[in-house]
Amino acid sequence: MSGHSNWPEWIYIGVVVALLVWVGAESWNIERMIDHVPENAEVIKVTGQQWFWTFEHEDGTIEKGELHVKKGVPYKFEVTSKDVIHSFNIPDYVVLMDAVPGRINTVWFVPVDKGEFPIQCREFCGLLHYNMRGTLYVQDGA
Amino acid sequence: MVLELQKPRPIWQIMFSTHHTDIALLYTIMSITFLFMGGALALAIRAEMFAPGPQFIADSMTYNRIFTVHGTNMIFLFILPFASAVGNYFVPIMVRYKDMAYPKLNAIAFWMIPPAAALIWLGFADFGWYGQPPYSMISAPSPAAEMWIFGLKILGVSSVLGAINFIVTILKCKHPDLPLSKVPLLGWSFLSSSLIVLVAIPTFAAALLMLLTDRLGVTGFFNPALGGDPIAYSHLFWFTFHPEVYVLVIPAIGMMYEIIPRFSRKPIFSHSSGVFAFVLLSIVSFASWAHHMFATGMSFTEKTVFMVGTLAAVPASAMHTFNFLATMWGGRAKYSTPMMWAVGGIALFFSAGAGGVVNTAMPLDFITHDSYWVVGHFHLFVFGTIAFGSFGFLYYMFPFITGRMYNELWGKVHFILVLIGAVLVFFTQHILGLYGMPRRVFDYPPFPAWIEMNQIQFVGAVLLGVGMTIFLVNIIYSSAKGKEANMEDPFGLGGKYYYPYQAKTPHHD
Repeated sequence: MSGHSNWPEWIYIGVVVALLVWVGAESWNIERMIDHVPENAEVIKVTGQQWFWTFEHEDGTIEKGELHVKKGVPYKFEVTSKDVIHSFNIPDYVVLMDAVPGRINTVWFVPVDKGEFPIQCREFCGLLHYNMRGTLYVQDGA
Repeated sequence: MVLELQKPRPIWQIMFSTHHTDIALLYTIMSITFLFMGGALALAIRAEMFAPGPQFIADSMTYNRIFTVHGTNMIFLFILPFASAVGNYFVPIMVRYKDMAYPKLNAIAFWMIPPAAALIWLGFADFGWYGQPPYSMISAPSPAAEMWIFGLKILGVSSVLGAINFIVTILKCKHPDLPLSKVPLLGWSFLSSSLIVLVAIPTFAAALLMLLTDRLGVTGFFNPALGGDPIAYSHLFWFTFHPEVYVLVIPAIGMMYEIIPRFSRKPIFSHSSGVFAFVLLSIVSFASWAHHMFATGMSFTEKTVFMVGTLAAVPASAMHTFNFLATMWGGRAKYSTPMMWAVGGIALFFSAGAGGVVNTAMPLDFITHDSYWVVGHFHLFVFGTIAFGSFGFLYYMFPFITGRMYNELWGKVHFILVLIGAVLVFFTQHILGLYGMPRRVFDYPPFPAWIEMNQIQFVGAVLLGVGMTIFLVNIIYSSAKGKEANMEDPFGLGGKYYYPYQAKTPHHD
């Protein structure tokens, strides 16, 4: 052991650990809320395939590349893929969930701003990954 | 000195040698060559991304191949072999043994790499260095994919053989008068990283084989149509490659442990803290792999477990940072080229780690995952920490290996250009990621913020290219025509130069 006092190192580690515990606790708390899908959420089935998105609303309406939703309404996306892994992403609303063939992943959001927002693919899926884009239209609720 | 260009040895004597210094030289030349080849690919990527629309790369398939080979090359053909170069040269010296434990196996492990490199470069696969199925299974063209798989298989075997050699040399061949606790931290860094390799690599070897048999249609491990699950590959891949990133960074930290105390003219603050931190990091590195998979549909409990496992590794890295800063504090630092690289590396290491804490905070990962933030984050580690530490160490050992001095002014110019370039490229990438730009994209919509940040990156990339060219010219010219070094104390630090055991702790005057 070195022949000098160690207390600065212990204090430093204490501060680091305290910071990390705080980050972990806050993250746990927030993620717990995010993972809890509201009961009244309207379901939209999202299917990714090379290289476009298909959306199916509860009433059977199908949209390709565009998604129209109502402001203030909670929506639950059930996301899957027909071929390779894609990732459904609406960056302005921090909606991000992988589209994996053979499973259905769930993510939800409440669009609070009217307008048009980009939809993109966030997992490399081949030739046109960079262009696997769409548009989210948030309109006033019916 | 192993590289005396004024008194050349026949090239085949070096190539067929099993002596650790010769093999280290071969690893050095090979890894630096691949650094520049991979760097050229990176420059091509950044030039292509200068503005929306194709610039000079005709199609996305070519672009996808370029970033795949860039990543695969930098990790497996630059970082790992350069670490092997340093380890091969210095581990026997540090444990006071005549060579590595198995010299012939050492040579074999080296010579497996050029054929593997040929498979990777000639194949030019297109699926990203992760090789993620189903894309790599059903969509990626042959023979590129198979060549990549076989290339990586061979590299994995080479890594394992090297790891065995390091572990046996350090544990079994060290001098009887040298207790393990007194082995220098650079030696401990090779012991730690080699132990991680032994535990982690076999999992990826399995995944590669499973990917191959899936591609051949014989099995359906990752094919949902046959009852398999692509996410199984993700677990196998990241179980290896999260610990593997510590294999990449730990030797570079070890190299900084050589430079910082020497150029601060003060002993390491705490050798035992350094040992403890390396051992702790090696163990905890296995507890965090699925933080790469938060968006795959994992349950809340799974995500929490891996967040905690990731956070648990941070104090160990923090201990190294503290050790470096506490060593410098109260010392008489001389900012020669090696020291500038080491200190710059510590600053970027800290930034990389801070960004990593953001990524592991579960909800924040959904902002940063698979965006340019991640690209900036890991480049701050592989370039900002590992390459910086490696360059610093290369400059530091230049007189030892060649008997000559490199040009100090151009060494500093190299550092300044690369530091500015690295900040312009990699910090900008963090911001670009927050603006939502995905990674692995050939083109992007003309959002003004995205265009601006891509152009800033291009400027940074050019500075990196210029700096690295200056470096190449400096080391090649100086090894032939550089001023002869004062082998007692080439950096004028006061105190003997030769590490590790011939020099006592560096003295203040």
